[in-house]
Amino acid sequence: MSWEILIQTLVSGLLLGLIYALVAIGLTLIFGVMDIVNFAHGEFLMFGMYSSFWLFALFALDPIFTLPLTALFLFGLGALLYKLVIRKITNAPMVSQIFTTFGLMILFRGIAQFFWTADFRTVENSMVSGHVALGGIQIGTPQLSAGLGAIIVTAVIYLFLTKTRLGAALEATAADKEAAQLMGIDSQKMFALAWGIGAACAGVAGALLSTFFPIFPEVGANFILIAFVVVNLGGFGSVVGALIAGVLVGVIEVMGGFFLGPQYKMAIVLVLFLTVLMFRPQGLMGKAQA
Amino acid sequence: MLRLVFKRLKSVGRICLTVGFCMTAYTAHAQQQEIKIGVIYPLSGAAASTGAEMKDALELAADIINNGAKGVPNLPFSSGGGLPNLKGAKIKLIFADSQGSPQVGATEAERLITQEKVVALVGAYFSNVTATTSQVAERYKVPYLNPESSSASLTQRGFKWFFRTTAHDDLFVSNFYEFFKELQAKKGIKVSKLATFNENTLWGNETTKLETKLSGERGYELSKTIVYPAKSTQLTSEVQLLKAAAPQVVLQSSYLGDAILSMKTYKELGFTPDMIVANDAGFIDTEFVKTLGKDADFIITRDVWSLDLAAKNPLIKQVNDLFNARFKINFTGNSSRTFTGLMTLADAINRAASTDAEAIRKALVETDIPGNKLIMPWKGVKFDEHGQNTESSGILLQIINGKYYTVWPFDMATRDVVWPMPKWDQRK
Repeated sequence: MSWEILIQTLVSGLLLGLIYALVAIGLTLIFGVMDIVNFAHGEFLMFGMYSSFWLFALFALDPIFTLPLTALFLFGLGALLYKLVIRKITNAPMVSQIFTTFGLMILFRGIAQFFWTADFRTVENSMVSGHVALGGIQIGTPQLSAGLGAIIVTAVIYLFLTKTRLGAALEATAADKEAAQLMGIDSQKMFALAWGIGAACAGVAGALLSTFFPIFPEVGANFILIAFVVVNLGGFGSVVGALIAGVLVGVIEVMGGFFLGPQYKMAIVLVLFLTVLMFRPQGLMGKAQA
Repeated sequence: MLRLVFKRLKSVGRICLTVGFCMTAYTAHAQQQEIKIGVIYPLSGAAASTGAEMKDALELAADIINNGAKGVPNLPFSSGGGLPNLKGAKIKLIFADSQGSPQVGATEAERLITQEKVVALVGAYFSNVTATTSQVAERYKVPYLNPESSSASLTQRGFKWFFRTTAHDDLFVSNFYEFFKELQAKKGIKVSKLATFNENTLWGNETTKLETKLSGERGYELSKTIVYPAKSTQLTSEVQLLKAAAPQVVLQSSYLGDAILSMKTYKELGFTPDMIVANDAGFIDTEFVKTLGKDADFIITRDVWSLDLAAKNPLIKQVNDLFNARFKINFTGNSSRTFTGLMTLADAINRAASTDAEAIRKALVETDIPGNKLIMPWKGVKFDEHGQNTESSGILLQIINGKYYTVWPFDMATRDVVWPMPKWDQRK
């Protein structure tokens, strides 16, 4: 066992964890503001991947350049979805909400399969192909740029929520919908905003993944379970929590798989998850419920 | 009033039709015997397109037997005119749709046997449907010929009436070891250190068990056994483990998504063993080469059939031409095996010279068709006491410039094997 392998494994886990975090931040934002668990979140990721793929395949535009376009497109989709569907079930029983987003998940997969077939696609020879070698460590350029992209987007979201008036309004709505409304904040607008940003986060993650992960209608399923674990582990509604938990899950998955055997890699993550919840049911950064 | 007249007319018509049918059936019977063979395939549902392909292959086989075919002198029955030992009796296929479901398949098998009175059954593609339908056949003592299901357990049930022409999963895996042995004997390439890299569903686990057993028995060092969760988001830890174990050859079983991700991870981490020998599935999917492009090159994968075999066996080209002329598609590993299945059954019924179930069963047991009468890359068709064809095997293909070439068995190879595969940074 050399140091190189250890560091290599650590770096791979870290970069993967940043992507997990970005997917989870969108999910946790929607939950934090609206208390709705979005089962169709993985499909936002899938749409982000397809958006990058088609812009690449049809117009030869690199996923890195089209990133803002994909983000904008997914923002629109998320906000529209809120206006058309989610708004109607805001006060519905939780079971209805679960089945609505679950139904959307199946619908979106169906749409993708209908229009774009079940074929696997990849973005070939993007500007971020190849790898960089640092000493004995090899890092794939797509993975490296995806990790960096995820950090930047996470930082932007964090600054938006803490430093801008709009972000503060969003946080206020999350904390107490009625009180925020009394202060003159349009909660409908805030909800649509949360869905838009949430979808855009998943879309950006999809765009970043598209340079090295195969694209197919069911790809969201690979990521959604992990995203739920990350959101729970970080604490529902906490962006910083999702970031920490995402990186933690990524590193533990890769390191655990390497040292204890790949067949246990998800089991190790879930054991850690359950252990944390035993001592901190609200998650790492979640606020304890009164 | 008018309605009553219409009703009368309708019933009169129905009687006429029935009488007519009986008469045609009677005259047909008087002229020559018809041999009904029940066929069970998924003609609707998720596998409907595969089912349709196999139905086409069966129709071609029946048509060749009944009406002959020009330009294929080496193919049995190609002179037409039905089965000679049964006074030119014609084959009649009765199709049933399993919908890909074991229960529906079993019900259909029962209907074919009890109502259609078929003399034998052919089917049923999915191993689990083959399992239930052949159980029905066993109960009614009707011969069952399975051309293409690959679960090894099907011929380990001690059935008397079950016969399988294709090789099964266990035989396919042992083909890898035969390849290594011949590689040393004929090409002077010595393989000694292996690693397995298989997914963790039933198929991958069974393959791992078998590879562990065979490696031990045949004296290969197994430096690492990796079982990974199917549909992983990353395979970095797996590939790192492979890298640390440094095997000469990686034996891999993956479905498409994981196959693509693993190839990308090999490249990212700069891992190149002498060879990656893959077990079918994701590696022969048309998407595999399409999505990976040049990075798919040099991989060796197991398959059951390939059109490029036609270069070494003219019969394959001749029969494929007939198939293509009629259905506008080429044979695949599935349809070629289904075709061969019906030809084998017809051969047995002809030798039995009877439609008696026991006579057909006995003839099947005595089957001995040489390889040059087949469109398969097999040594022939000969059944052991479990009903398994012992002469069948898989083939190994290697991807060169995005195309699949047969590289083993060596006497059927259309290209010399490239060994070892070049390192990632030495590729153009």
